Amino acid sequence: MIVVEKLKKSFGTNVVLKDINVTVKPQEVVVVIGPSGSGKSTFLRCINLLETITGGHVYIEGIDITDKKTDINKIRTEVGMVFQQFNLFPHKKVIENIMLAPMKVRNTPAQEARKKGLALLRKVGLEEKAEAFPDSLSGGQKQRVAIARALAMEPKIMLFDEPTSALDPEMVGEVLEVMKQLAKEGMTMVVVTHEMGFAKEVGDRVIFMDDGLIVEENTPSELFDHPKEDRTKAFLSKIL
Amino acid sequence: MDIHWDILAEYAPFFLKGTLLTIGLSLAGILIGTVLGLFIGLGKMLKNKFLSLPFGIYITIFRGTPMLVQIMLIHFAVVPLFTGGTNAIAATILTLSLNSAAYIAEIFRAGIQSIDKGQMEASRSLGMSHVQAMRYVILPQAFKRMIPPLGNEFIVLIKESSLASIVAAPELMYWGRAMQGQYFRVWEPYITAALIYLVLTVSLSFLLSRLERRLATE
Repeated sequence: MIVVEKLKKSFGTNVVLKDINVTVKPQEVVVVIGPSGSGKSTFLRCINLLETITGGHVYIEGIDITDKKTDINKIRTEVGMVFQQFNLFPHKKVIENIMLAPMKVRNTPAQEARKKGLALLRKVGLEEKAEAFPDSLSGGQKQRVAIARALAMEPKIMLFDEPTSALDPEMVGEVLEVMKQLAKEGMTMVVVTHEMGFAKEVGDRVIFMDDGLIVEENTPSELFDHPKEDRTKAFLSKIL
Repeated sequence: MDIHWDILAEYAPFFLKGTLLTIGLSLAGILIGTVLGLFIGLGKMLKNKFLSLPFGIYITIFRGTPMLVQIMLIHFAVVPLFTGGTNAIAATILTLSLNSAAYIAEIFRAGIQSIDKGQMEASRSLGMSHVQAMRYVILPQAFKRMIPPLGNEFIVLIKESSLASIVAAPELMYWGRAMQGQYFRVWEPYITAALIYLVLTVSLSFLLSRLERRLATE
């Protein structure tokens, strides 16, 4: 589904990703953990080309997105993304946030887009907020709307970039609940997070990144309970 | 100081005509300047330094020289160069548009760059093109933030349109000067002109603050 080969990324002289090789299978949930500055967010943003790639290749369903001829807008419709800062469109109502991309990118008729949007809002438990503006929502509600907005394009892959890091502690649960539901439905997911509980419960595989490299990857139980690398041990001892 | 109401009454129709032309000149300047300003602002934001350079130079020149000089040059030199003759109203509209475009370009640029880059990223991650993201997400938000500085610029434009009297476009200030010339009175024509300008600018800021409130999203 996703194949990342020898991915390199640098900002000027600052090398953020050195040599990343990852394969994500359909319906797999891969959780990426690591200290801040390890390059995990940059890695995620390379998968839908929000960052230009310095070297290597990223294939989404066999299509090389680093190839200049690839229509990246089309690939992005297949890859939903949820951001730490939600990035809802503040000038549009909740339902309009969800309807915008299907209507403009897929030319879905407004009525159909609205119907689908309401169904998605029901799924994340926010149907009654359809006509509200994002600024009137709590952080947890905003993030659930952001997930619904990404799902409206019916992506095959969902990327989550620290989706709960900007939330008050009591709101983390409601967002993770929605993500668990998605995983259960068989969505292919790559999640950058500090929520180790989520990683253990939902993750099929955990990748530990440090200093632009993948230090260790394994099933959650193996990685958390029997880490092999010293850097993994040091990191886990700090956060668990 | 006694006010000569009779000469004011005599000039009332001229002031009315002048006011209408002032409104027309300002509106034309605002409309053309806004469209031109948007393109120049977008041009200055181009990533390619060589492509954005001419837009930067344009802004530097029109912001860095007095409008009085610009209107003289355009009226007596630039317009005749192309058409052989000259026309005070056309020259004024041209000057107001070109001058305000430079300021409006900077207002647009500041407005667009003030929008969090996460908005663009979210739009692009949903599959929208750069142009779609600009049109449906960035510009509507930027526009809201641009209303107060645009309002300022429009008010400046109304006032600067009085420079057209120098090239004898028969707008408000022109009739004020004409009245002074005919009767050697200063209070009547200029207080009248000042009050009319004030009514115009106050009405405009009232309209803009209403627009701003209507676009609020809370």
